[in-house]
Amino acid sequence: MSFVNAPIRKKDAMSLVTGKPVYTGDLIPQNALVVKLLRSPHSNADIESINTAAALKVPGVCCILTWEDVPDARFTTAGQTYPEPSPYDRLILDRHLRCYGDPVAIVAAENEQAADKALRLIKVKYHVMEPLLDFTKAKDNTILVHPEDNFRALCPVGADNKRNLCSTERMDIGDVDEVLKTCDVVVERTFNTKANNQAMMETFRTFSYIDEYGRLTVVSSTQVPFHARRILSNALQIPKSRIRVVKPRIGGGFGAKQSVVSELFPAIVTLKTGRAASIIYSREESMTNGSPRHQMQMKVRVGASKDGVIRAIDLYALSNAGAYGDHGPTTIGLVGHKSLSLYGGLEAARFDNEVVYTNTMGGGAYRGYGATQGIFAVESAVSELAAKLGMDPCVLREKNMVAQGQMMPTYYNEPCNSCTLDKCMAKAKEMMDWDNKYPRRVLENGHIRSVGVAMAMQGSGISGVDIASVEIRLNDDGFYTLLLGCTDMGTGCDTILSQMAADCLDCDLDRIAVRGVDTDFSPYDTGSYASSTTYVTGMAVVKTCQVLREKILKTGAFMLNVPEETAEFDGKRVFVPGTEKQVTLEEIGYASYEGHNRCLSASESHSSLISPPPFMVGMAEIDLDPETGKVEVVDYVGAVDCGTVINTNLARVQTEGGIVQGIGMALYEDICYSASGKMENNSFLQYKIPSRLDVGKIHIEFESSYEPTGPFGAKSIGELVINTPAPAIMNALYNATGCFFDTLPVRSEDIFFAMEEKNK
Amino acid sequence: MFTAQQYVKAATLQEAYELNQKRNNAIVGGGCWMKMNRRRYQTLIDLSGLGLDKIEKTPEEFVLGAMVTLRQLETSLELKEAFGNGFYEITRHIVGVQFRNCATLGGSLVSRFGFSDILTFLMALDCQVELAHAGLVSLEEYAKMPYDNDVLAKVHIAVNGRRAAYESLRQSATDIPVLTCAASVLNGTLRVVVGARPMRAVALEFSFPETDEALAEICRQVEETVQFGSNLRGSKEYRCRMAGVLCRRAVCSLKEGTSC
Amino acid sequence: MLITVTINGKKYTDEIAPDMVLLDYLRQKGCYSVKRGCETSNCGLCTVHLDGKPILSCSYLAARADGHSVTTLEGLQEEAAEFGAFLADQGGEQCGFCSPGFIMNVLAMVRELKDPTEAEIQEYLSGNLCRCTGYQSQLRAVKNYLAHKQEVQS
Repeated sequence: MSFVNAPIRKKDAMSLVTGKPVYTGDLIPQNALVVKLLRSPHSNADIESINTAAALKVPGVCCILTWEDVPDARFTTAGQTYPEPSPYDRLILDRHLRCYGDPVAIVAAENEQAADKALRLIKVKYHVMEPLLDFTKAKDNTILVHPEDNFRALCPVGADNKRNLCSTERMDIGDVDEVLKTCDVVVERTFNTKANNQAMMETFRTFSYIDEYGRLTVVSSTQVPFHARRILSNALQIPKSRIRVVKPRIGGGFGAKQSVVSELFPAIVTLKTGRAASIIYSREESMTNGSPRHQMQMKVRVGASKDGVIRAIDLYALSNAGAYGDHGPTTIGLVGHKSLSLYGGLEAARFDNEVVYTNTMGGGAYRGYGATQGIFAVESAVSELAAKLGMDPCVLREKNMVAQGQMMPTYYNEPCNSCTLDKCMAKAKEMMDWDNKYPRRVLENGHIRSVGVAMAMQGSGISGVDIASVEIRLNDDGFYTLLLGCTDMGTGCDTILSQMAADCLDCDLDRIAVRGVDTDFSPYDTGSYASSTTYVTGMAVVKTCQVLREKILKTGAFMLNVPEETAEFDGKRVFVPGTEKQVTLEEIGYASYEGHNRCLSASESHSSLISPPPFMVGMAEIDLDPETGKVEVVDYVGAVDCGTVINTNLARVQTEGGIVQGIGMALYEDICYSASGKMENNSFLQYKIPSRLDVGKIHIEFESSYEPTGPFGAKSIGELVINTPAPAIMNALYNATGCFFDTLPVRSEDIFFAMEEKNK
Repeated sequence: MFTAQQYVKAATLQEAYELNQKRNNAIVGGGCWMKMNRRRYQTLIDLSGLGLDKIEKTPEEFVLGAMVTLRQLETSLELKEAFGNGFYEITRHIVGVQFRNCATLGGSLVSRFGFSDILTFLMALDCQVELAHAGLVSLEEYAKMPYDNDVLAKVHIAVNGRRAAYESLRQSATDIPVLTCAASVLNGTLRVVVGARPMRAVALEFSFPETDEALAEICRQVEETVQFGSNLRGSKEYRCRMAGVLCRRAVCSLKEGTSC
Repeated sequence: MLITVTINGKKYTDEIAPDMVLLDYLRQKGCYSVKRGCETSNCGLCTVHLDGKPILSCSYLAARADGHSVTTLEGLQEEAAEFGAFLADQGGEQCGFCSPGFIMNVLAMVRELKDPTEAEIQEYLSGNLCRCTGYQSQLRAVKNYLAHKQEVQS
């Protein structure tokens, strides 16, 4: 039986649905200190003095740390491969507070009440300075977010802290200005997207203790255990050899936990006190000082001939890093590379970008990682182009979409080895009944029903950077242990990779035992981000299985005393075809545990020089109440090419979940700051994520291509799926109202007044 | 989250009232909203032992205890019989069933939140609150009063043939409303209540419009006379315009069989 | 203060702080299925049954539970596994962090509503937020579970 391309139940499913204590917060040792943070009430301030004397006297308070107690070595909390493109711009505690909620002091106490009381008693004198909150005015502003001299960028990303620049980049293909001049139609528009919070249900949390060997053990809800080990080492200035990071089950990440957010605080307390220590971020802290999507402004110019051939795209993107540059220089790249590359026949393209520091919350990685913003802008501009040309937006896309076999100059010159975007478009049209529904109809109650379309792509891992290693051991009784360094955060990668291993080893899924990550035991993996796990780690599984099969065959042949070439391994036994000679896997397993033999295990690594894009077409059908501007997504269809689907259930749920996050981003997820820089939507009361009543019906179909460089022909799925809702819904809104919307989120109010303006 | 030194389950309403006179003491309704404040209370006063969790009906009125949950309002067949879907409409958007099993009628009214669906709708009915000290006070008056230390024990709703309709506008299904509007009619008089302005709900009365033109005029007056403000959920201008729309819709649903 | 609460059928008498919420008390008693996802009573992760009704244990004072009966997922393991299997067969548990609260509310719904329509299901469960799934797989699981229950009954 084949487990790949089947709806396999997750291996940890039953423990999750029966509520077993498997998450970080469930595992905190009884005697662990409770760690809490005193946070800055200002967006830009220097600490003049801190008096902790009264707070230290609170019974149960064990230690209070301030900027004077932490190493003066800057680092980044971005979970990226070393040397990180994100500048080293942080300290665990800094005298200069750069955003509202920046940590001022760390309090550790025997219980929460004591910690809370101590927080109230710490006296801080601030030198409050004017904050820089408008990112469009950040470059060369007189207010410097990072005036410090020990700021440094390890990579040449164009950072210049004396100009508030986190990074700058330019890509030119052909002469965009010249081509645009000769285009029959040019659309030009500026798009704005807000920061979005990942809002995973489990907030950031970590506990730490010194183990029996005197090493620092950090148990954390993280997507990047190995990067976390390095970042802890950088921040605490202790050798990596003294640190172990363990990842239990994670309650969602979506990129938020690709930064080290909560880990450092209990870790430094444990180092200073020798005591176990724990921190659980409140929802408010997760909202105000997490690692959200970067706010961006994008200027797009798209030019085409009058018969609808898209000839050139010019894209400028400005990104708000916020107070710290985590993932700033890298998210911005995807804005261009993963939007322009949707169009295969461009004569010229330009992508300019700048990432700037401001005194808002530092950004991070959120599913889609810049591609989401870029695709919103470029796809919206292309839809506007279709309107200008008087073309069906699907037809315009069919004419211009990238196709299998093309080279992709805007995508690092990678070849498009696998792509069924054309089939995705056909399938989506069929699912939506596009030809009948486009562009709109008016219902009896006066509501307008309209449809909209968008395409999307992403990558599969970071080419030439991401690396995954896998180890598989044969045990007595003939079962396997699959050791992984990638992090299942609910996505099911432990199961998906087990499915691959079971198919490669011709065994039942139950014969594969799999583990969460422990940096002491697990083989190295960059972690679960950049849509890398299925594609990169999956290939490492395939390779490892091949090597292990050879070893099993060799041992079996040795036990049978026959030449290796004459024997075969079918998953259950090594045998010589046409004879009765055979030895079972169980026997080989037992034999490998005996003195005269050797234990059978294999470990292989994989890295890819290319990052094959998965593709998708998304279509929204909306219901608009023209009297109020209230819009509801009634139906959403997604046709997805993620190569071979490894787990049909999990890929479907990934897609449905991503689409719903995208709907939230399009219509109401809206991080707002007060005039002093305090976040106003710092809770689930104010920052609304979609409930089940908000999302309509979602229909998903897969149009699988076969990616020759992927495991079983697979590409990625996790990030791609968040990218279509915003531009598809904007297109549907245009088809309903005749108005173009370029600033997210689009609220009822915006629609109402835009329609009124139009009807004047 | 608040803190407290003591918890007292009041044995009588009088005891609750006396305890509530201390500035640092407070009554716990459902606790859902209260937990969002960070005050340090001395004593928490619980009314759950006073039998105030009942919906009682006499020929003249409904008497609802302060500890009746929003879920009770939502699912009460008697309230449905008397007021149609009104009580369902004003509760179903509020977070979720679990929340509504905790949150209480008394808590909703005492807080007098601007965004309250409950307050908006009840103001359109003939409603009085029964306070431990001040006795019966009309809800409209109570809605204007500043917060004090009295204890809201019961809510009386007259059963007098008044019909009411409710409309609200929300950015997402379980969010706080951008605007609420209730309309009711009794003996040819129309009462329109507008809430989530975002300030507390206010009521206006008109003679019931028989023509579309008269209704349009009422909607225009609502837009013009009611004060609106801006917050995260909407601007003053938008609320003003929507007040007219919701008012018209509410009145139209009162006019059975009339299309608007 | 002293309270006596029946948790999952077993009576406990404990000294608690007057401002302790039920959620923290239940976790202290080892009911780790009960999770906290927000501070504003919005997410539904902490849903438990109080005398059979679903409530938010984050908002309910432990003191008020005195003399009442509380049920958590630990006390409904058989039903959790039965419905959970339908959820797992859709991949609808994903990260699983919202699953206990969600399942507690599904089980409350099954007790309270007879043959609910799809709209009634969605409305009953709307207080349970989930960021992973987009809710579609959860709905499929609930429908399959209800159909299965009906089949078993008839």
